[in-house]
Amino acid sequence: MHLSDEELLELPVYDLCQNEKWELLTPLLDELHHFHKVHCEKYSATQQLGGTPLAVRAFKNQLLSSIDADKIHRILKSSGTTGTQSQIVLDSDTARLQSKVLSKIMQHWLGPKRLPLLILDSRKALDVHSGMSARAAGIQGMSFFGRDYHFALDENMDLDLAVIMSFADKYAGKPVFMYGFTFIIWQRIVQQLRQLGKQVAFSDAFLLHGGGWKKISEQAVDKKTFKQELSACFGNVTVHDYYGMVEQTGTIYVECEHGMLHAPVWSDINVVDPVTLRPLPAHTVGVVQLQSVIARSYPGHNLLTEDLAIIHGIDDCVCGRKGKYFTIQGRVAQAEVRGCSDTFK
Amino acid sequence: MNEKLRNIFASVLDIPLEEVTDELAYGQHDKWDSMSHMMLIADIESNFDIMIDTDDIIDMSSFAKAQEIVAKYESE
Repeated sequence: MHLSDEELLELPVYDLCQNEKWELLTPLLDELHHFHKVHCEKYSATQQLGGTPLAVRAFKNQLLSSIDADKIHRILKSSGTTGTQSQIVLDSDTARLQSKVLSKIMQHWLGPKRLPLLILDSRKALDVHSGMSARAAGIQGMSFFGRDYHFALDENMDLDLAVIMSFADKYAGKPVFMYGFTFIIWQRIVQQLRQLGKQVAFSDAFLLHGGGWKKISEQAVDKKTFKQELSACFGNVTVHDYYGMVEQTGTIYVECEHGMLHAPVWSDINVVDPVTLRPLPAHTVGVVQLQSVIARSYPGHNLLTEDLAIIHGIDDCVCGRKGKYFTIQGRVAQAEVRGCSDTFK
Repeated sequence: MNEKLRNIFASVLDIPLEEVTDELAYGQHDKWDSMSHMMLIADIESNFDIMIDTDDIIDMSSFAKAQEIVAKYESE
């Protein structure tokens, strides 16, 4: 069975059991593998063994593209934590498909209507004209799911209490959406609200945050503390982390009410041994391999990341969502990942 | 409606009215990037007093398409 893009987009985000999901994804992933092998020479060079996941850093050394130059719609760039930027080539069909997939995932969490959006960042984060920063891309991507945007921080990254208060007044008693980067939320929002001794009482807020825990865990802040402090600041707010990367835009992994990140139907995670690249059993820490059926214009359908995770189970999370659920456990020390960009030297 | 929409595009994108043709496309014209797309949506919504669904925001990839989408909401 082979799904069209329209059929693909109609799939329920978290309702298919792992077996059903794999029956649908396997032929699509095989097809993508062959497509990219034919259309991207540099990818093909990494595939002597066939089906080897591509190391994400391969996107840092060079432009990996499976489309003609005149079809390039946009090149996404990530700042990354290690310096060099990844560059991801999108044609308009891939960009559209990725936006639609993100939209399906977010609608699952936020409902069908666009909610008033408080961006937990400064407008300045968007003023970067030298390609898109990860922060700008995140804010811009999430802005599709909000309306009446307000920015909680001013140009100096200081709390704009007047804006926050007028937003809270305007939408008192109504559902709202807040979005920002984990470290900025902690450092600039939570800390400053705490210093000022201010609280904003939302009655129904959904807060989505991403960007990783590296910086924040250096300050010995754990998830529980983070959530508790946010509740103290914002009243009735549900806090959801998400995991994702520019190399697979669209398919993000959102944290459920029980602290588990969930794979949506369009992508999947394996946790693998860093040397053999074989999948590890559940409850074991290993390297994250991500597969996505919407990486079309560039060979990003099967990636070996530099993140560590534990898969906690399949199809049986307490929240009721099907498929694999996991938590991120930090990053791999550089030398440990073998991956297949090594052939690019 | 189309003239009003044309004016919004010209003013948000900061381009002359003549450049706002049906062929004007997101990502093709320098001024119509993802940031100005957000501002366009906000301006269109407040000027026409409508609320556009997420899927239509994604589909609004040209001025021609924008006219179609706004017309759909106006008739609702």
